[in-house]
Amino acid sequence: MKRAALILLPYSWLIALFLVPFLIVIKISLSDIALAIPPYTPNLDLSAGWQGIKDFVSQLDFDNFKFLTTDDLYWKAYLSSLKIASISTFAALCVAYPLAYGMARAPDEWRPTLMMLVILPFWSSFLIRVYSWKAILANEGLLNQLLIAIRVIDEPLQILNTPTAVYIGIVYTYLPFMVLPLYSALEKLDASLLEAAEDLGCTRFQAFWLVTFPLSRNGIIAGCFLVFIPVMGEFVIPALLGGSQTLMIGKVLWEEFFSNRDWPVASAVAVILLLLLVIPIVLFQRNEEKQREAEG
Amino acid sequence: MAETKPIPQEGTFAPWTDPQAVPLIRFKNVTKRFGAFTAIDDLTLDIYPQEFFALLGPSGCGKTTMMRMLAGFETPSEGTIEIDGRDMAHVPPNQRAVNMMFQSYALFPHLSVYDNIAFGLKRSDMPKAEIPDRVQEMLRLTRLEQFAKRKPHQISGGQRQRVALARSLAKAPALLLLDEPLGALDKKLREETQFELMDIQEKTGTTFVIVTHDQEEAMTVASRVAVMDAGRIVQVDTPPAIYETPNTVYVADFIGDVNLIEGTATATGEYAYDVSFAAGADPIHVTECEADIADGSHVTFAIRPEKILVTREQPDDRANAVEGTIIDIGYLGNLSTYHVELPGGQMVKATMTNSSRISRRDYSWEDKVWLSFRASAGVVLTE
Ligand SMILES: Nc1ncnc2c1ncn2[C@@H]1O[C@H](COP(=O)(O)OP(=O)(O)O)[C@@H](O)[C@H]1O
Ligand SMILES: [Mg+2]
Repeated sequence: MKRAALILLPYSWLIALFLVPFLIVIKISLSDIALAIPPYTPNLDLSAGWQGIKDFVSQLDFDNFKFLTTDDLYWKAYLSSLKIASISTFAALCVAYPLAYGMARAPDEWRPTLMMLVILPFWSSFLIRVYSWKAILANEGLLNQLLIAIRVIDEPLQILNTPTAVYIGIVYTYLPFMVLPLYSALEKLDASLLEAAEDLGCTRFQAFWLVTFPLSRNGIIAGCFLVFIPVMGEFVIPALLGGSQTLMIGKVLWEEFFSNRDWPVASAVAVILLLLLVIPIVLFQRNEEKQREAEG
Repeated sequence: MAETKPIPQEGTFAPWTDPQAVPLIRFKNVTKRFGAFTAIDDLTLDIYPQEFFALLGPSGCGKTTMMRMLAGFETPSEGTIEIDGRDMAHVPPNQRAVNMMFQSYALFPHLSVYDNIAFGLKRSDMPKAEIPDRVQEMLRLTRLEQFAKRKPHQISGGQRQRVALARSLAKAPALLLLDEPLGALDKKLREETQFELMDIQEKTGTTFVIVTHDQEEAMTVASRVAVMDAGRIVQVDTPPAIYETPNTVYVADFIGDVNLIEGTATATGEYAYDVSFAAGADPIHVTECEADIADGSHVTFAIRPEKILVTREQPDDRANAVEGTIIDIGYLGNLSTYHVELPGGQMVKATMTNSSRISRRDYSWEDKVWLSFRASAGVVLTE
């Protein structure tokens, strides 16, 4: 009895905060656009009883999903998001790994400070931080001024409003999500394993590649999912830094919703995005479980 | 301090008595400092091929540091270490014919038992085709054949310890370092493994240096034992020599049980002294003492409890006999230890084997008994 209640508590959270909104989104995605408030039809009329529910269900259809296949924009946006998420996840891994490695190797008394520095950006608004990248990357921005001052370039580089700016923004924003799981995996690593590898004939680099790297696998996987999944739906960063060139499904969704006020199509886009993300989410859960098993 | 040099005998293994023998390892005035702390203090030591050499000492005396210098993980602050005649100062760990069995085993958790053992071989110049045979041989030697496919977390502590041993032996190193290899095992398994280790050492002919803080373990397995104290080696000798002729009070006290009686020495003949320990009591007569002691100097007489005979009547055939009162009796099954107070208040322990099952313990508390021992039963120590 007690156990059932204990399990029910987190699940009721899940039901209230995820399942119910998701069902509503599915419902809207099956509706039609209308000039009304809310801007779609049909509306469930519970006062009409059983007949009302029947009428309501009979008016739902998959037209919005069919519509998504008629326009190139949507599948191109999904693909582009997939590409941007993959590349920036990989880039974040490349930046975060040495960072996490350095943190894990640092003297004990430094570690809390280093950890703070990684988390510190979270203390200021995400929007402001992304916005300030505009000032850094713009043609007359800090980066270009610096590069010209030290005579690396003569002409300012066009970085802002290109995919490069989006990658920079994403890697910057999501770096902590990559660093923290990597750090926790690397910190657990027993230093005597590396000595054992060297003792058995490895060079330092081989010891890293044959011992450190495989043993941080779980951290790598966790970090990649933690970055990849939210980046797939990202829209603030491409909207602020990517200009009109960068197509991402999160941006499309935003525009359908707020510019076109086409809630049903926007909902259909969201449902497909979620279905696409279910695969990596399930894989992620599997990895976490396996890790728990190996440790337990 | 005079060192007792056993006379080399035909057929016994004692290269340290042979001036012609070439040591495998030479520590020459090695000092190791960590910051201001001196972990190893001006240490000079030779270890010979095929020795089973034990480093014995309390925790923190520098045993692991010595091993790590041999393996190449630490470099001496001063002095040189030679292995096989070569100065090891600039040789990294992966280029030494030395393998180490780590105190924590340090098995690779992501690799199977088989791959753990093969790890070093794959890094060596052994042809790929020969590796499986060598791994099989190691698995057989350590009786791990059935566990080859398991991961380290799927086997018991004793099996893990054998994997660590197999892995460090696989490359057939000239020198194997074992840092408290049996620390994590229970007593029975530990004793079995000690004999297994000796067996493997004999079969492979590898030189073993073993660290332990268990003196019984050191005595059981080693050809020679070095007793360490605070970064220095106090005595290096065979187990019987360490036990019977310790060179200092520290060694006598560290190895086994001992009675330490302080007194003043007076020479009574060649290699013979009297040690007076209490006013009014007969002095202890000692013979076969090799130390050269000035009359009147302060000394400690050390005698093992099992060398002392406990009797009801005064024995007439022993050089030393003194009457005392039993204060306490410790019954251990095979042995009983009697704590006896001598007239001057000095406490002495004496152990007797309980050789007959039925006879009730002859002595009880407050009994007057005679303690007696031969003139050669104990040693006189000046430090
Ligand atoms: N890397 C190090 N830095 C500072 N002190 C050390 C280091 N390694 C060992 N020590 C010190 O050296 C002494 C000897 O250590 P160790 O060789 O591990 O002793 P043992 O193995 O005999 O217990 C200890 O006091 C220890 O604190
Ligand atoms: Mg140690």
